Amino acid sequence: MHRTYFTTTSAVGTPDVSAAVALPSGKATLPTGLFINNKFVPAVGGETFQTVNPSTEEVICAVSSAQAADVDLAVAAARQAFKTTWGKHCPGTERGKLMFKLADLMEEQAQVLAEVEALDNGKPVKIARDFDIGDSVACLRYYAGWADKIHGQTIETNDLQKLAYTKHEPIGVCGQIIPWNYPIQMWAWKVAPALACGCTIVMKPSELTPLTALMLCELIVQAGFPPGVINCVPGIGSVAGHALTYHLDVDKVAFTGSTLTGRKIMEAAAKSNLKKVTLELGGKSPNLVFESADLDQAANWCLLGITYNMGQDCTAGSRVYVQDTIYDTFLQLLIKKFEQVKVGDPYDEKTFNGPLVSKGQFEKVLGFIDEGKKAGAKVITGGGRQGTKGYFVKPTIFANVTPNMRIVKEEIFGPVLSLASFKTEEEAISLANATTYGLGAGLHSNDAKQCMRVSGALEAGTVWVNQYNLLNNNVPFGGFKQSGIGRELGQYALDNYTAVKAVHFNYGEELEWPPV
Amino acid sequence: MPATFNYTFDAPCPYKGTTSFNTGIFIDGKFHDGSEKKTIEVFNPSNGKKITDISEGTPADVDTAVAAAHRAFQTSWGLKVPGSERGRLLLRLADLIEKNAEELAAIEALDNGKAYSIALDFDVAQSAAVIRYYGGWADKIQGKTIEVDETKFAYTLHEPIGVVGQIIPWNFPLYMLSWKLGPALATGNTIVLKTSEFTPLSALRVCALINEAGFPPGVVNILSGYGATVGAAIANHMHIEKVAFTGSTLVGRSILKAAANSNLKKATLELGGKSPNIIFDDANLDDAVKWTAFGIMFNHGQCCCAGSRVFVQERIYDKFISAFSAHIKTLKVGNPMDPDTFQGPQVSQIQYDRIMGYIKSGKEEGAKILTGGERHGSEGYFIQPTVFTDVKPDMKIVKEEIFGPVVVIQKFKDEDDIIHMANDTFYGLAAAVFSRDISRALTVANRLQAGTVWVNCYNKLHPQVPFGGYKQSGIGRELGEYALANYTNIKSVQINLAAPAP
Repeated sequence: MHRTYFTTTSAVGTPDVSAAVALPSGKATLPTGLFINNKFVPAVGGETFQTVNPSTEEVICAVSSAQAADVDLAVAAARQAFKTTWGKHCPGTERGKLMFKLADLMEEQAQVLAEVEALDNGKPVKIARDFDIGDSVACLRYYAGWADKIHGQTIETNDLQKLAYTKHEPIGVCGQIIPWNYPIQMWAWKVAPALACGCTIVMKPSELTPLTALMLCELIVQAGFPPGVINCVPGIGSVAGHALTYHLDVDKVAFTGSTLTGRKIMEAAAKSNLKKVTLELGGKSPNLVFESADLDQAANWCLLGITYNMGQDCTAGSRVYVQDTIYDTFLQLLIKKFEQVKVGDPYDEKTFNGPLVSKGQFEKVLGFIDEGKKAGAKVITGGGRQGTKGYFVKPTIFANVTPNMRIVKEEIFGPVLSLASFKTEEEAISLANATTYGLGAGLHSNDAKQCMRVSGALEAGTVWVNQYNLLNNNVPFGGFKQSGIGRELGQYALDNYTAVKAVHFNYGEELEWPPV
Repeated sequence: MPATFNYTFDAPCPYKGTTSFNTGIFIDGKFHDGSEKKTIEVFNPSNGKKITDISEGTPADVDTAVAAAHRAFQTSWGLKVPGSERGRLLLRLADLIEKNAEELAAIEALDNGKAYSIALDFDVAQSAAVIRYYGGWADKIQGKTIEVDETKFAYTLHEPIGVVGQIIPWNFPLYMLSWKLGPALATGNTIVLKTSEFTPLSALRVCALINEAGFPPGVVNILSGYGATVGAAIANHMHIEKVAFTGSTLVGRSILKAAANSNLKKATLELGGKSPNIIFDDANLDDAVKWTAFGIMFNHGQCCCAGSRVFVQERIYDKFISAFSAHIKTLKVGNPMDPDTFQGPQVSQIQYDRIMGYIKSGKEEGAKILTGGERHGSEGYFIQPTVFTDVKPDMKIVKEEIFGPVVVIQKFKDEDDIIHMANDTFYGLAAAVFSRDISRALTVANRLQAGTVWVNCYNKLHPQVPFGGYKQSGIGRELGEYALANYTNIKSVQINLAAPAP
């Protein structure tokens, strides 16, 4: 049975920074304020926005909406912590210990967190708990282990009187802007490496899914992080996100979201203080099925690739290209399996697909489906809304597509697949790479040499061979081309949050004057 | 069935609780009698009295343990378990050590004779820290992909070796256990470990924690036993592919020989030292005195890296000697359970006799005793902190490792003079330089033949910083990322993409 999990922040329970919510495991009081210096506070001007349950289309509650003035306060808190209780003032082993504690707390609260994730985002509780949260706990632990292993180098120079070495120092105050598709998991991907490296954080969760980010802030207090190390400012992208990316005292911004917004982030960085930028953006990732593939398995992976998380995944395998010799067989497999996808109530443990996250996304995806139909593509299965309440969309396959259709070129971010055939390996590679994106790609083949050749030729940051969608916390992830800049996960993510200082320590060379 | 050891700690020990653990050999997750049903007596060095009997492991038990470790490696450990899971179990073990810290510290003080408060604040705390540190490495064992040319895809895998043998000493029983378990388990190896017959108790208590943490049976096997039997069986075993030993240089040689004669198992050795501690005339004298005392008297001089040869620059020699002598006299020698004690007894009668033998030889060879030189008290293996001056480089007390609270102090003139004197030993474990001139400190540090050089401190270790010996002080490095290399086999995989057959 669920216990109330908050214990320490005095502000929670106050009406303007908390809300009562009914969950399957019982009534809960959720924090809804901005989280600054380990306390929940209303926005200075009292602004709020509403967050909606996409299964019922009803408002869940109001959440404080950070304005520029609130972002200033959060950044100031983060800067103060960086100068005093965090950064170089807290040994890596200590940072790691706090992160391990946070992971333990998240694991203990997995059920409640999953229920709120399902309420706010629409994803099924079972998947939120076992995958999103399970992987997030593991991500925190992975980076907690790195915290005291951030090594620089000592470098032999030809100078016998100099000691040259590098230090990998924390960059400083980091702005982090995360999307709505994996609220908890994207929070973990951002927070974990930043904390491990000694940075402090001002995080802006998506205005569509702010609730679990704020719940995690309560765990931060319980874990014992000093005030100001992590701050959370829910708000509207064009207001809070804008303030954060233009802020002159933010040293680095990390953003996950659409390529369109990614451009704005980079522009803001350029125009403000040239803050370092890493971006995880969109994708239109191809899955190639060759004739030697295990077709049943390939179909399973391709389906996972487009229906997992209702297709709301930056690496969604939204274009599947099938070798012509096996096209018909494969199509039949796909159809049969598509129709096995259970779309329904996220609180049902058997549900695989919940609703899309919001009205806006719902209308966008349905709009693409209409576009596809109008452009002459053929709906093989699905093709519209499911039910009459909630933003549920039927998993949809389009065949007879051509490369210049919008449904083939643009990121839909829903359970909508474009299916086409190819003859040769060269053609497959060419079709796969014909995109400005480059986030993920998959290929299915039992020909080892083909697997080597094709994986080498695909222009994507992650290539899956005889698999799709599955990531590991210790393997890096990120985009080629317009899918992003930089890598998350693995050891590589540490580079995003460290500034390399080279020290030339002269202990014996004397300089004559004048030198010439 | 092996007996359970029960003991109640009482005043003056700050921990007033009980301990209860099985005294058997720990194989495949269970406690067993030794195959010959013999026992070893464990003594309390504070009073020379027997604490308890424990099961004695035998070469036959080593075979049984290796079989269990091999099975575990093939089925429930190694690469059958992802690194994140290995890490999770190590982190659990670290948490459990911390949870039972006071009990473990009391056991260590009882068995080894070190002060309870030091065992708690240093030994137990650092043991948990080392295990936790390696828990963090477990899912970060990375090889490389390496560019050759377009016809080839080449990469390396850092694989666990398999069953590894580990032999640990008596000076830091729990702490040395953590140095061995951490990197071996993180990289996916299974273990057959022999504790010292003088100090087996804290490891026996940890066996139950290993089960509680959730390690599959057979992953860690711990045998109490003698070096000549169990230790030799491990070093000679045809199915152990790697041995890690910490102990004397003398025994280290026999381990390496056994490795060569058996199956050429990989060997890493952490051996003895006669480490120089160099005090320049511009050192902060007060700090240098305190660090120097700590450098030799910590753990009753029973540290492989003890700063047992102190060199003081001529100009400040007299001042240093006077301050050092006064400081040494403030170190409290006594009952390890007393929270104020700094120095307890030496670990055993044998060590006591050996150290007293060296003190006698120092006196006979004409060295001068500044302070100490006698037994402390009349019960237990206590020796007074002892300082020799007016020594010559060829004296036994200057050349040989004493492993007790005995330091020799010499003068030196300048940098070149001291480098020669400091390096004039076949050991090379550690060294220290005290100076406020950074140029001088770094230049001297660069020229010292030692695996660890401390500048303006002594005897500070951290889980992240490697430790090991130059010359006859050892082979390989422990601690830090470097230790992982001891427990991995590098496999290069070269995939031909397009090169035609010859």
